[in-house]
Amino acid sequence: MKSKRNNIIVGIIGILLALLWLSPFYLMIVNAFKTKREIFTDVLGFPEGLTFENFSEAFVELNFLNSLLNSVIITVVSVGIIIIFSAMAGYALARNKSKLSAALLLLFVSAMLIPFQSVMIPLVSIFGQVEMLNQAGLIFMYLGFGCSLSIFLYHGAMTGISTSLDEAAIIDGANKFQTFWHIIFPLLKPISVTVGILNVIWIWNDYLLPSLVLGEDNATIPLQMFFFFGQYTKQWHLALAGLTIAIIPVIIGYFFAQKQIIEGVSEGAVK
Amino acid sequence: MRNRDLSFWLFLTPVLLGLGLVVILPLLYGTVYSFTDWNGLTANKFLGLDNYKRLLEDEEFLNSIWFTIKFSVVSVILLNVLGLGLALLVTRQLKSSNFLRTIFFMPNLIGGLILGFIWQFIFVSVFEDIGAALQIEGLQGWLSTTSTGFWGLVILTCWQMAGYIMIIYIAYLQNIPKELIEAAKIDGANSFQRFRTITFPLVAPAFTVSMFLTLSSSFKIYDQNLSLTNGGPFESTQMVAMEIVKTAFSANEMAYGQAKAVVFFVIVSIIALTQVYYNKKREVDM
Repeated sequence: MKSKRNNIIVGIIGILLALLWLSPFYLMIVNAFKTKREIFTDVLGFPEGLTFENFSEAFVELNFLNSLLNSVIITVVSVGIIIIFSAMAGYALARNKSKLSAALLLLFVSAMLIPFQSVMIPLVSIFGQVEMLNQAGLIFMYLGFGCSLSIFLYHGAMTGISTSLDEAAIIDGANKFQTFWHIIFPLLKPISVTVGILNVIWIWNDYLLPSLVLGEDNATIPLQMFFFFGQYTKQWHLALAGLTIAIIPVIIGYFFAQKQIIEGVSEGAVK
Repeated sequence: MRNRDLSFWLFLTPVLLGLGLVVILPLLYGTVYSFTDWNGLTANKFLGLDNYKRLLEDEEFLNSIWFTIKFSVVSVILLNVLGLGLALLVTRQLKSSNFLRTIFFMPNLIGGLILGFIWQFIFVSVFEDIGAALQIEGLQGWLSTTSTGFWGLVILTCWQMAGYIMIIYIAYLQNIPKELIEAAKIDGANSFQRFRTITFPLVAPAFTVSMFLTLSSSFKIYDQNLSLTNGGPFESTQMVAMEIVKTAFSANEMAYGQAKAVVFFVIVSIIALTQVYYNKKREVDM
């Protein structure tokens, strides 16, 4: 009985903490519906009436459909090539037992230590000189920064896949690429989901790299948000409506895939 | 696959090109140019250690390092306490466990830049109003002083990352054998004793993992810093990452900025390698 009462107390503490955790979102959303004056007079309460003008104005000023499309294209293409190329590399490195292969894996793993700011200045300079400061260049950069952790995860997952599968496929006349694509890659699906989730979260939200590479025309959501915010400092009703709009796609995604997201992140963090 | 196989190299070509051109080449190129008067395109003079000597006397840079260290130490401690606390909370058999997990983790999915803007509103407007209404002076003028800026960044980071650290602790908590806890219960250990003698030692490895993650990520924070305080007032809440970006792209001092970036790389590597060493040593002990 005592433990039941304890559970109720702990449950209440949990709910209170959850409310505290949600309060920034609450404050953002309720104030996004208020007028500039109302935010000034009453910041905590519900809005007097639901005005959607803030949202429509922010939607236009954020150039939202354009930045959403840019974010989707860059994220989907980058994560797609990270998954395919890292899986291929993880497979090759796991099946090759030489010293060279171990050294290459170590190289990829150690590259995870390099902070972005340490390479960003020469990176922008080199890519600028070959006219690659554009979407294609950005996607290639994401492959370079994203492949290390992904290869590491794929390499770990490969140890659970028996080499007799490869051998059987080779006997059946498949070449290395067919073996990988038809036999191994489908078996790696759980780890591909993890790799995909980790990279989507990072690339979708990245600000600094796109800010150095992209112009305003093909800005991603975070980059567009930065331009937008600079314009509307102190106009909180518009700024908050813009922030709310920017978050909506993430919340929708989280709503549909929360289980996979949390599992994927825990998989990646514990490894 | 053998090294001599063409397919081995074909499978590795895309990632080797990616890592090579995006990370390795810029790192080598940048390190060489940090010893010159490089302007981003050309370098005319070899300066030796001049850029590095200069940053030893650069107060803005030294302040940013000191600020980053203070921030990282405080965040690492708070994040681990909070993360473990939340993990213990949601691993109790509660009906709301899954819901709570979802909520605590949510801020992680939203970019640091956007979170920083949301909290700027909370500190600047909401805190101000509550402070004025309740006549609490401490709540007013947030982000306008160095210390409120500091704590603002800490609060934002804790709110954002605690759910992530919670996930790591949950993974380790779930690996604790149920029999151990049961046996301790039968022996008459109360819940505090069970935590101290069983749970805590068995989740200690999670601390190593999360300390590495929190330390290296708080050292590299940029977006939150930019959108919450923009380094103000008077550059006093500027962290190293932001200082480097400003030197390179606002002040247009590429070689000098790169020298700072090299020092930053060395510091982050030392932290990471110390961690790995400490980690390995402990594994041997166990």
